[in-house]
Amino acid sequence: MATEAVLERPAVAGGKPLLAVRELEAWYGESHVLHGIDLDVGEGEVVTLLGRNGAGKTTTLKSIMGVIGKRKGSITFAGQETIQLPSRAIARLGIGYVPEERGIYSTLSVEENLMLPPQVKPGGLPVEQIFTLFPNLKERLKSQGTKLSGGEQQMLAIGRILRTGANLLLLDEPTEGLAPVIIDQIGATIRMLKQKGFTIVLVEQNFRFAQTVADRHYIVEQGKVIDMIPNADLDANIDKLHTYLGV
Amino acid sequence: MFELLGVPPQALFGQVLLGLINGSFYAILSLGLAVIFGLLNIINFAHGAQYMMGAFVAWMCLNYLGVNYWAALLLAPIVVGATGIVIERVFLARIAKYDHLYGLLLTFGLALIIQGLFRNYYGSSGLPYGIPPQLTGGHNLGFMFLPTYRGWVVVASLVICLATWFMIEKTKLGAYLRAATENPTLTQAFGINVPLLVTLTYGFGVALAAFAGVLAAPIYAVNPNMGADLIIVVFAVVVIGGMGSIMGAIVTGFSLGLIEGLTKVFYPEASSTVIFIIMVLVLLVKPAGLFGRTA
Repeated sequence: MATEAVLERPAVAGGKPLLAVRELEAWYGESHVLHGIDLDVGEGEVVTLLGRNGAGKTTTLKSIMGVIGKRKGSITFAGQETIQLPSRAIARLGIGYVPEERGIYSTLSVEENLMLPPQVKPGGLPVEQIFTLFPNLKERLKSQGTKLSGGEQQMLAIGRILRTGANLLLLDEPTEGLAPVIIDQIGATIRMLKQKGFTIVLVEQNFRFAQTVADRHYIVEQGKVIDMIPNADLDANIDKLHTYLGV
Repeated sequence: MFELLGVPPQALFGQVLLGLINGSFYAILSLGLAVIFGLLNIINFAHGAQYMMGAFVAWMCLNYLGVNYWAALLLAPIVVGATGIVIERVFLARIAKYDHLYGLLLTFGLALIIQGLFRNYYGSSGLPYGIPPQLTGGHNLGFMFLPTYRGWVVVASLVICLATWFMIEKTKLGAYLRAATENPTLTQAFGINVPLLVTLTYGFGVALAAFAGVLAAPIYAVNPNMGADLIIVVFAVVVIGGMGSIMGAIVTGFSLGLIEGLTKVFYPEASSTVIFIIMVLVLLVKPAGLFGRTA
């Protein structure tokens, strides 16, 4: 089976992974969505989950964050098993989450949105540095959160988890529906965060974008990881990738 | 001018004051209901019973423990709020994942039990509770006589309502509360303890009802049915203002009290139904209420 082949590869170069997911299964109500996801993310790595719509990429992030009805298997973060923990305890271990729909609160101002997530660890970015990254936010602090443009909302969604000291960031399609110039800005931000030592799991539809930021790519299909491609080998495997993604 | 309206000024201002007093209670009670509904999605039918408990705790404090009105004003909300916290943890938290209707039925049942218990031990004729000595008497304002205690009720309610509004709309705790109301799952995923917020919010909403109960004790007799009579009107107020809107609950509470008072002057026959007539009209035009957000 392809899954076994993936596991045999040296997934993370040297040492124990920061995040290790084993035989993860998850359900939305009665429907069984994940059928055994296995993946490793090393400290400081940027890893993407690629795959078609409905393959289970978003569900994988939700399961790691603990915001899904029922899940089974093993998820260890920094050596600690989290499968039984409520999401608030998982967040407190140092995982920051940017959901697909961005999750900007309409009843909170931009500033309140930015300052909402409590600090979970020391070492978060100071607010001033977040404003340097995303100057638009500083000018609109008093606006209602959802009055921002799509791109600004995405910046706010990313900015507010940089403050908290979380060292693993789960980003669900941060480029979806955004203009190319904004996508470039978000790409630059992700590369900068990698340089600072953040570990990032990125869900993407757009593998061209993924290629500019990631170290490795996991291919998800029908609730399983079916392949892993290091970024350096992406061009060599482009035909295979096209088949996987149905492009 | 008053002659033109055909109403003596004493009667007019007297009813305006009475309207404001009723409005004070409508405002505090509908504010508590709105806060609870916002976060818990539960229509708290026990609210009237909890208001009554506030009045009774004040009465018990005075008659059993010799604790005066001012201490009771602080103590009763804490005691009754604590019973609310127990109710939330023992009952409401368990049915949180089910339809609204279960919460409504459960709190309605609790209200009947609580009122029945108090009726059993204290009868339903009502117990007197004196006005605190500092607030007896009144002032002649020229155009009307203002009893000091009634003025105090209006001022105290306004202060409590505005303080609550400020806490919810302008503080960090309020931001947590609004975030948990809007998107509990994500708020939890940021590491915020939403179940604890829910419990505290219910306790706070109940404490507001108890505070109103203490304020009411010297005006109305302390009676096991005092909440049941009031709560139906308060629900109409909440529907008019819009469920879940904080400022809406406050503004609607005071204005409907006022409108009710004025109706007593100009068309007394309609005074007990005017709020329900307004409710029907508002629902026809704005089903989400005057200040309500359509989801």
